[in-house]
Amino acid sequence: MALALLHVMFSLAATTAADPTKGLTAIGRGIVYGGAAIGPGIGIGLVVGNAITAMARQPESAGTVRTTMFLGIAFTEALALFGFVLAFIISG
Amino acid sequence: MNLLAVDVPPLPDVTIWGEGPGGINKTGAIYVFAALATLLVFFLGTRKKKDELVPSGLMQNTAESGVGFVRSQVVMATMGPDGMGYLPYLTALFFFIFFSNITEIIPGVQFPANARFGIPLTLALATWVMFNVVGMIKQGPGSYFKNSIIPPGVPKPILLLVVPIELVSVFIVRPFSLMVRLFANMLAGHLILVTFATLCAALFAKNVTIVIMPFSFFLLVAMTGFEILVSFLQAFIFTILTAVYIGSSIHPEH
Repeated sequence: MALALLHVMFSLAATTAADPTKGLTAIGRGIVYGGAAIGPGIGIGLVVGNAITAMARQPESAGTVRTTMFLGIAFTEALALFGFVLAFIISG
Repeated sequence: MNLLAVDVPPLPDVTIWGEGPGGINKTGAIYVFAALATLLVFFLGTRKKKDELVPSGLMQNTAESGVGFVRSQVVMATMGPDGMGYLPYLTALFFFIFFSNITEIIPGVQFPANARFGIPLTLALATWVMFNVVGMIKQGPGSYFKNSIIPPGVPKPILLLVVPIELVSVFIVRPFSLMVRLFANMLAGHLILVTFATLCAALFAKNVTIVIMPFSFFLLVAMTGFEILVSFLQAFIFTILTAVYIGSSIHPEH
């Protein structure tokens, strides 16, 4: 289904006389950012979920856990942001 | 070179300030404001008062709670008492990044200066130079290099794989990710706000689309609130990562 859609888009882009690579660039941007967001999405979910579990078990250590959680989020999020920047950098 | 929303000037233009009165553009003006605001908070907040035990006044309260926050949440949490010498730099860094981020939601300005990557890159390079120099001074150049690329307790054959990864991640990815994290977060937030604001304006027409407008407006308000959190959080994360990197240079893993 998705492949067929891509094929239609590809042929549409190919038949457009003006600039056939322009649409493909847009699709590429979407794929790059979408792909880059999958892993960090799961990762941030794991980080925050486990931090909440830790805070619920030991509320007295919530401060330390929160700081470490933000650090973990920052490291994980970097990958998604690389994808975000890369999506801008791609130019047709 | 025009990369969609990001205007990346050609390389010779980078050295030019840009246009505006006195050659200062909006980004530059915001940075001047951020630097002046940081200076102002600490100059006015730390003026000697006659034998006052209780802090008073907006500036003194801001300065004292800021220093207290950075000391307990950043320095003590990552470096311990050894890192107290870095407290002034980290506090100034935190306030400067926060002031240049918070302009994102100030009406009339509405632009986070850190959405252009010049200054984030400079700050990241400052951090890079700092943790390298501190590591070389504290551990000696040879053992600092050895400690940072060879993690302890790794079997010999695996080192073949681990050493290149560590080399890249410590000396290249660290400053680059610091820069990208700050810059891309602020740019993304700015783009979201711009999108919803222009959507509100476009939907505010004399036809049926005005029914959808309140939803867009609600999201605009909600995202503005969220961006306050983000601009604080990014300043905090930049500061705490600087502290973590310097801390890893002071205390190598055994």
